[in-house]
Amino acid sequence: MQARALKSEEYFIETEPYYQATGSEITIFEAAYGNHLPVLLKGPTGCGKTRFMEYMAWRLKRPLITVSCHDDLTASDLVGRYLVKGGETTWVDGPLARAVRAGAICYLDEIVEARKDTMVVIHPLADDRRALPMEKLGVLLEADANFCLAVSYNPGYQSVLKDLKQSTRQRFVALEFDYPNSDLEAKIVARESKVNPVLAEKLVKFAHMTRNLKGSGLEEGASTRLLVHAGKLIASGVEPVSACRSAIAQAITDDAEMLAAVQELSSSLF
Amino acid sequence: MADNAPLTVEQILQPLEAWLEVEFTFLQVHELAVALSGRSREEQDFFLSWIRRIASTNIQIAYQFAVRAIAGIAHMDQRVIAAWALHAMDTYDRGGLRPAIQVIEDVENFVQLSHAHAAGAVFEDISGILLNFVHGLSGRPLKLEQSDVPYTDSETLFLPAVIARMETAEDNFVLAKAMVAYQWAQTRFGSFRVDLAGTLANYENGEHALWQFHGLETLRLEACLQQELPGLYREMLRLKRTLGAAEMPEPWQRFAAMLAAPDASVMTSVSLLDAAYSAPPALPACYQGELRPDAVAQCMAARTEREKMHLRVKLAQMLEELPQQAQEKAPESPPKINVKAQQDQANELPSFDITLDDVPIAPPEGVKQLLTSVYLDFGEIPPEYLVPAGDGDYDLTQFEEQAKDPNDVWQGTYHEEGATLYPEWDHGRQHYRKNWCVMREKDVTPVFDDFVPQTLDKYSGLIKHLRRTFEAMRDEDRLYKRQAEGDEVDIDALVEAIADARDGSEMTDRLLMRMHRTERNVAVMFMVDMSGSTKGWINDAERESLILMCETLETLGDRYAIYGFSGITRKRCELFRIKQFDEPYNDAVQARISGIRPQDYTRMGFAIRHLSSLLNGVEARTKLLITLSDGKPDDYFDGYRSAYGIEDTRQALIEAKRQGIHPFCITIDKEGQEYLPHMYGAVNYVVIDEVRKLPLKVADIYRRLTT
Repeated sequence: MQARALKSEEYFIETEPYYQATGSEITIFEAAYGNHLPVLLKGPTGCGKTRFMEYMAWRLKRPLITVSCHDDLTASDLVGRYLVKGGETTWVDGPLARAVRAGAICYLDEIVEARKDTMVVIHPLADDRRALPMEKLGVLLEADANFCLAVSYNPGYQSVLKDLKQSTRQRFVALEFDYPNSDLEAKIVARESKVNPVLAEKLVKFAHMTRNLKGSGLEEGASTRLLVHAGKLIASGVEPVSACRSAIAQAITDDAEMLAAVQELSSSLF
Repeated sequence: MADNAPLTVEQILQPLEAWLEVEFTFLQVHELAVALSGRSREEQDFFLSWIRRIASTNIQIAYQFAVRAIAGIAHMDQRVIAAWALHAMDTYDRGGLRPAIQVIEDVENFVQLSHAHAAGAVFEDISGILLNFVHGLSGRPLKLEQSDVPYTDSETLFLPAVIARMETAEDNFVLAKAMVAYQWAQTRFGSFRVDLAGTLANYENGEHALWQFHGLETLRLEACLQQELPGLYREMLRLKRTLGAAEMPEPWQRFAAMLAAPDASVMTSVSLLDAAYSAPPALPACYQGELRPDAVAQCMAARTEREKMHLRVKLAQMLEELPQQAQEKAPESPPKINVKAQQDQANELPSFDITLDDVPIAPPEGVKQLLTSVYLDFGEIPPEYLVPAGDGDYDLTQFEEQAKDPNDVWQGTYHEEGATLYPEWDHGRQHYRKNWCVMREKDVTPVFDDFVPQTLDKYSGLIKHLRRTFEAMRDEDRLYKRQAEGDEVDIDALVEAIADARDGSEMTDRLLMRMHRTERNVAVMFMVDMSGSTKGWINDAERESLILMCETLETLGDRYAIYGFSGITRKRCELFRIKQFDEPYNDAVQARISGIRPQDYTRMGFAIRHLSSLLNGVEARTKLLITLSDGKPDDYFDGYRSAYGIEDTRQALIEAKRQGIHPFCITIDKEGQEYLPHMYGAVNYVVIDEVRKLPLKVADIYRRLTT
């Protein structure tokens, strides 16, 4: 596949992404979309939130604009700003404004990481007004009928400083994501990484061991995504124990003692 | 190289006589010196340093250690000797001289030597890793502790202090891991789901029966481990081969096959015990340790009682919190709670679904864990566990360790009840004394007098000045101009840039401006000396400084806490709560500041350790620990003074720094220059030469520290 440059509102997902539903999340999302309701995805990292969004964008045939929020993300990063071009100022739409105009799905990943002033911009979009105020232009941008707002956040490492305010969270239809149960997770790992089912099962078992460690030294256990990574390494001929070390153990902790313990777990298992 | 030449008998004798105080103790050290003089200089230094370190704790132990260690030098590697010596000193700290001498005398038992030059796995080095390892395996959260032989009481796994049966350090670690995994398997695969004492009572020779039963269980658990942890199982087989384990005789081969069946349980072992009783004794596996039915029974009895009550109370709470309509449906019949264990795969721990009158509900916090633990004990959830506790007052506290009123404790004899224990650094030993300081938090008795208004009045000019200075330090949004990236166009920059471009020079790209929000994110802990020596005007100055500090910090908005410290001996280390982090600055806090009174002595290590842990509970980018003190660390009776006290304080400060806390000391001790640079570092202290200047200075120092 060759690299190509696309305008963000023209990014349609053309082939069906692999997504394994764990509950009724697809139906609920479709209903919310049909009723112009914004959606909040909750869940730990690497459990399939982003993949779900890609799948829904494909299913609904809408372009998907993803913004990964970080702690310096301001309202103008979302809405747009004036830039200088050849001695003149020109207005450039931000990703949120583009999505509102084009009727795309705008997915704000890890919304709590963004600065507080961004929430204010989202609020009018997230209720029945469905409009984006663009102060600097003096314009109120009404959303296209196909526009959809989705945000995600991870309650796992929610700190006091990074909690979602009630006034924000009570505007959304919330979908809860978690790691799938063992059988399903093994199936996903096998399918995504093309390792044999027995090995996928062991990887899932290993993931459960690291998830048991959550709270006693680990912030977060191994996610499904990491299992897929490890599986891919194994499928390319890497020894399972070293694959787990590189793809999982090193990814979840830097603490030498914890690393050694996780390493002992994987060497016991394989 | 003259420096590395071995020491002569005389050179060894001299320090030995001094350390062991031969003049008074009349210990025979000459032979020791002769024996040691034949060693290499490196070995001599190693032994002499350990003898010195132990002698700083107790001379008798040091002497016994020297006698045995020098005789046994060929058999042990230095790491093991070090672990042995530390273990002896820990035992001395806990139990006194006699048990410590016992440890020294039982050196063979301690090391379990079977090889010359064993490179043992030392408990302290491996316990951290193995504890995480066992937490990663499923089931009940288990603890890991040190003991003479490996065994488990079903809640705590025990390992010996040093494992040295194998040749290499790696193999010894694997052996330790196998022991831990084996003990975990005992709890995980239900070895204790049987009344062992009752079963064994049927046999004439109970000890033999226990041995054979343990042998059967080992076979069964090995099969389980082969299923569950095949990688480890391979290693376990390798260990056995390395140790040259004999082939299993009949009928043990037959037993093994039966116990490896997928549906084998502890009952299979029990049913085979009759046959095994008359069979030749089971061959022990190197990792199986001991089976101690008494310890297990005791631990289980306490746990099942506790968990049953906890579960029933939790269920009752759950019912109460359910929406009203669910309860109104059937007011006369009690709700029926069902728990269904769902097993995704055979041999996996089940997950539990709770249903209330067949309607599934989300299990509350902690209930899943309880259910898992109960399941491990019984292999099911007994129905009586699912009866929600009635209206009566169920006193859960009888199952908890009770937090005693600190003031009551001194009336009893057991002074460590309900206290937090902290280690202390012994610089003579060059190691920590474990659980040495008995720390308690107490409240300062508030005094509602006119001290606060008087202070505010006395310093009213200064307070105004301080408020103004500190207001200027508050969070402020600053507009950054001429930025390459930003939210808005900087018209000034743009005009200049266009002019530049017309002029023919290069046009800059720094044309935007951006609002920058600085967030002050500071948490500060004030640790105030409340020792007896502060009596009088030092105490007044401290209290005035605190009032001024609070007034200014309120303007600034930094989070802060104030604790006083004092103590008398290691058994009575006290911290006085004056203001906690989440407490607002109000009358009560003012009254407590006013109520600060000189107490006993200046033991500092425990205070720094405890306050550091409190500071770590606060989320802040900058964490400060500011000590207000009037002199060097010093305590009554148990040697906490001069070098010992300074070194412990220094060690506690190093620990704090490692956790990302910036310690700082404000003292009025004019001799502070002599020891403070060593403790706090060259720039992290201030000596104030006049006591009455303290209130004026503290706020100023704080301002410099945080900008």
